[in-house]
Amino acid sequence: MIEIRNVSKWYGHTQVLANASTHVAKGEVVVVCGPSGSGKSTLIKCVNGLEAFTQGTITVDGISVGDPKTDLPKLRARVGMVFQHFELFPHMNVLQNLALAQVKVLGRSQEEAATRGEALLDRVGLRAHAAKFPGQLSGGQQQRVAIARALAMDPICMLFDEPTSALDPEMIGEVLDVMVELAQEGMTMMCVTHEMGFARRVARRVVFMDHGEIVEDAPTGAFFDAPASARAKAFLSRILHH
Amino acid sequence: MNYHWNWGIFLEPVKSGDETYLDWLITGLGWTLAVSLTAWLLALTIGIAVGALRTTPSRLLVGLGNVWVELFRNVPLLVQMFLWFFVVPEFLPRDWSLWVKQEMPAKEFVTAAICLGLFTSARIAEQVRAGVGSLPRGQRDAALALGLTLPQAYRQVILPQALRIVIPPLTSEFMNVFKNSSVAFAIGVLELTFQARQMQEDSEQGIETYLAVTLLYFICAFTANRGMAWIEARTRVPGLIARSG
Ligand SMILES: Nc1ncnc2c1ncn2[C@@H]1O[C@H](COP(=O)(O)OP(=O)(O)OP(=O)(O)O)[C@@H](O)[C@H]1O
Ligand SMILES: [Mg+2]
Repeated sequence: MIEIRNVSKWYGHTQVLANASTHVAKGEVVVVCGPSGSGKSTLIKCVNGLEAFTQGTITVDGISVGDPKTDLPKLRARVGMVFQHFELFPHMNVLQNLALAQVKVLGRSQEEAATRGEALLDRVGLRAHAAKFPGQLSGGQQQRVAIARALAMDPICMLFDEPTSALDPEMIGEVLDVMVELAQEGMTMMCVTHEMGFARRVARRVVFMDHGEIVEDAPTGAFFDAPASARAKAFLSRILHH
Repeated sequence: MNYHWNWGIFLEPVKSGDETYLDWLITGLGWTLAVSLTAWLLALTIGIAVGALRTTPSRLLVGLGNVWVELFRNVPLLVQMFLWFFVVPEFLPRDWSLWVKQEMPAKEFVTAAICLGLFTSARIAEQVRAGVGSLPRGQRDAALALGLTLPQAYRQVILPQALRIVIPPLTSEFMNVFKNSSVAFAIGVLELTFQARQMQEDSEQGIETYLAVTLLYFICAFTANRGMAWIEARTRVPGLIARSG
């Protein structure tokens, strides 16, 4: 579903991605982790073309993201994305947030979009909050709305960039529950996260990045039980004992 | 002070003609409102567009936007008024030039509205650029990630937020438009300041004249201020706490 081949990216003279290759098969969950500044956000934003890359190829469902002929908005409409800071549109209420792209991008009618939006709010347990504005919700609620907003586009895969790291600890669980459920339903997911419990439960593989490189790309069990590189070992011991 | 006050002067007829001085001031107020409101609509439209262009990823568009802003804000408004009135028509194609000079209806009014509108648009563009820049970058990413095109992202997500943020500086621009419109008297628009000078010379009651005109300008600017405050209250988003980044 997602194929990343030999992708490199430079900001001026600093290299932020170094020959990165990995893939996410249909129905698979892959977790990406690594220290701050290692290039995780950059990599995941390259997948839907929010960031341009200098070298290499990325295809999503067979469509090349870096190809200038690719209709990026059309591709992005099929790839859901969830951000660290939720990025709900603060001037629209919850239901309007869910309806906007359905109407403007998919051409659904307002009624269709609202029906679909309400069904998804139901699913993330926020049906009662449809008329509220993002600023009136807790972080965990906002992130669940953000997930529902992405799902409303009926995406073929989902990208998550540290969806729980801006949340108070007591709200992390409610967001992870939604993500686990999605994974169990067979959604293709690429998740940047340091929630190792989540990784163990649903990830097929773990990709470990450091300094723009993919240092390890291993099946989840193997990654946790016997990380191959010293860098991954050091990272894991830091993150599991914090 | 040895001054002969006469507050009744406004109802007295002017020296030559059957109008009263009040009629002159009302005409002046009408032209002031016409110039100001036309200029404001022009300024808002162009200023928002240019301000938005200056925040796009395109270097060309950013550059053009910057040139626009620098052009209009580095030359005094009065000089710009003369440039538009005396110089610009000379550089138009011959037919247009003739038409502007000889046939264009309400030539002074049109020139003043365009001049003040473009001048103000540069200032609005600067504020809109700052407003867009103060939004978290993630808002644009989130809009694009949903499949919106960049123009759709601006229209639906970025500008509605940026414009709410810049209502306070826009308010003072709106008030400035009324005050700056007085410069139009220099090219012969029959607006308030023009009428005031005429009334002062004709009636020799300069103090009453200018106090009345001061009050009229004050009312215009103050009404603009209250109007914008009303818009700000009406567009306020529940629960919105500004987050920048
Ligand atoms: N616009 C930019 N210009 C220059 N360097 C940048 C820019 N954006 C990111 N970088 C650099 O690219 C590197 C990778 O950044 P990225 O955000 O992808 O890391 P990350 O792994 O997501 O980190 P974090 O865990 O803190 O989110 C960092 O060293 C960062 O400083
Ligand atoms: Mg990041």
